[in-house]
Amino acid sequence: MVVFEKPKALTDAPFHYCPGCTHGIIHRLVAEAIDELGIEGKTVGVAPVGCAVMAYNYFACDMVEAAHGRAPAIATGLKRCMPENIIFTYQGDGDLASIGMAETVHSASRNENITIIFVNNAIYGMTGGQMAPTSLPGQVTQTSPYGRDVETAGYPVKVSEMLSTLDGPEYIERVAVNSVKNVKAAKKAIKKAFQNQIEGKGFSLIEVVSTCPTNWGMTPSNALKWLEENMLPYYPLGVYKDRSAAKKEEE
Amino acid sequence: MAEKVLMKGNEAIAEAAIKAGCRHYFGYPITPQTEIAAYMAKRMPKIGGTFLQAESEVSAINMVYGVAGAGFRVMTSSSSPGVSLKQEGISYIAGADLPALIVNVQRGGPGLGGIQPSQSDYFQATKGGGHGEYHLIVLAPASVQEMADLTIKAFDLADQYHVPTMLLADGTMGQMMEPVELPDTPPAEVEKPWAVRGTEGKRPHNIINSLYLDPELLEKTNFERFERYAKIEENECMSESFMMEDAEYCVVAFGIAARVAKNAVVAARKAGLKVGLIRPITLWPFPKKVLAEAAEQVKGFLSVELSMGQMIEDIKLATACKKPVELCCRTGGMIPTPEQVLESIEKLAKENQ
Repeated sequence: MVVFEKPKALTDAPFHYCPGCTHGIIHRLVAEAIDELGIEGKTVGVAPVGCAVMAYNYFACDMVEAAHGRAPAIATGLKRCMPENIIFTYQGDGDLASIGMAETVHSASRNENITIIFVNNAIYGMTGGQMAPTSLPGQVTQTSPYGRDVETAGYPVKVSEMLSTLDGPEYIERVAVNSVKNVKAAKKAIKKAFQNQIEGKGFSLIEVVSTCPTNWGMTPSNALKWLEENMLPYYPLGVYKDRSAAKKEEE
Repeated sequence: MAEKVLMKGNEAIAEAAIKAGCRHYFGYPITPQTEIAAYMAKRMPKIGGTFLQAESEVSAINMVYGVAGAGFRVMTSSSSPGVSLKQEGISYIAGADLPALIVNVQRGGPGLGGIQPSQSDYFQATKGGGHGEYHLIVLAPASVQEMADLTIKAFDLADQYHVPTMLLADGTMGQMMEPVELPDTPPAEVEKPWAVRGTEGKRPHNIINSLYLDPELLEKTNFERFERYAKIEENECMSESFMMEDAEYCVVAFGIAARVAKNAVVAARKAGLKVGLIRPITLWPFPKKVLAEAAEQVKGFLSVELSMGQMIEDIKLATACKKPVELCCRTGGMIPTPEQVLESIEKLAKENQ
C-alpha cells in the first residue's frame, strides 16, 4: 500500500527553498488540491517575483512568470480568454500586498474567477530579509534595523480583513501551516478556493501565514514558535468572507 | 474589399483589430486615444470578445501579457504618459517573445505634457522603451486607411516573429476622419504550440518566462532574439518614396509630419527645386537602405518632426553622415505648416548647392 507519494501536479525538480521554509508545504497543498480535483490538464499557474519565483519549475501545469506584483492582472487576462481553464496565482507579501496592491484589490473587486494563494511570512525573503508590508510593529529586518517603527514605517497591512470589506470577492480565508492541524485546515481552504473557481463562484484568496527561518534569523522550530506567539495574534486565522455561505444563511 | 466608410483614425484601428481576429482589449482612459477603448467597449461584448477597463495602464499591459501567453491575438492602446507606464510589461512581453499589439496615439511631453499631437515618443518606441535590450516593430501610419492596414499588419508581424508590435500614431491621426476600406478576409490561423492553454495531460508543461538566472543562457536567448531582429530588418522595412527619382534634396518625415511635408515638397517643385520625400512606414526597422541609397543621390536631407529632433539621429546613422541633415520641427503639440517646411527646404537648397 502506498502511504505517501509526490503529488502528480508537482514536477521532479528539487525545490530551492531554505531548510525549514514552509513554501514546500504550501506548494504541496496546492498540488494535492489540483490532483484531487483532477484539473491539472486545464490549469495555468502564475508565479510571482520573490522566493516563489521559480514555482514555474515546480508545478507540472502550464505556468507564466509574472512581473513583481502583476500576477492577478496576468491571471485576469488568462481567465478572460480561457474561462474554462483554472487559473491560480501564488504570491508573497511584498508581491501581493505592496507593489501589487492595486492588482490585488481590483481583481478582488471585479470578482475575477481566479484563485490566489497568498503566502504571508512578514518579510522579503528573496532579497535577503527587508521589511514587508506585513512585517509586525517592532519587527527587526534589514531595512528596519531598530524594529518596525509605526511612526515612520506605518502599520502592517491586514490583507484578508481589508479585502473582506469589498463586495466583489467570493471567498477570503486566512490559514497557517505551523501545525498538523493547521496544515490540514489550510489544505481544505486551498481546495475550496479551487472548487469555487470550478463552480464559477469567483475570486478566492487564501492567506497562508508562513515562516522564514533564514531571514527571521531563527531555527525552523523557533520560527514556528515565533509565528504562534507573534503573527497569529496580529493575523487571526479564520474565514473572513464566504459570500455563498452568507447567501445560504440569508435564505 | 468592402465598401468605403468614413471613420475616425482611432475607430479604424479598433475595427481593423477586430477584423484581424483580436478579441481581447485591455485599456485605461487617456486622451487622445479614448475612442479606441469606447469602440471596443461597444463592439467586444457583441462578438464574444473581452473589453476590460483595467485599474491602470500597468495592469492593462499585464492582462495583455496573460492573453498573449495563451496565444490569442490581444491589444492595448494608450497615449504617451500611459505608454510610459506600460513599459515594464512591454519589456516582459518582449523578453518572453510574445506577440501583442500596443497602440500609442502620441501627445506632447515630457511629464503630463499636453493633449495635442506629438511625435516625441520616437526614441521610446524605436529603441526599446523599457529596461533591457529589445525592439518592437514600430509602424507609423499617415492616413486613416493606413491606421487600419497597419493594425492588421502589426498582428501578422507579431505572430510571425514572436515580438510585440507598436502602432505609433499621434493625436491628429487619431481624431482625423477619412474614408477607409476594411478587408473581409479572415485572419490566417497561426499554430502556437508554446501557448499556455493547459497541458490536457498530453505534453510537458509550457512556461511563459523572461527569467534566466544563468547568464550564459540569458546571453544565448538575447543572441537568438537579435538574430530574429536581423531577419526583421532584412525583410520588413517599409517606406514610401515620393518624387525621389530626380531629387537633389530629400525630406524625411513620418505620420502626420509626412502629410505636411508632402505639401511642401509639391510647393518646392513648383518653385523649381528638385525635392523628394522619403516617408518611413516602419520606424523600427528603420528603412536604412533606402536612405543610404538616397545619400548617394541627393545634396542634403531635411528631417521634419513633431519633436526636438529624434528620427534625425537615425537618418544620420543610415546615411553615415555623407550629406548634411537639417531639422525642421515643432514640439509640445504644435505642427509645422507647409510654409515652414518649404522655407527649411529652400534654406537647405541654398546652403548645399
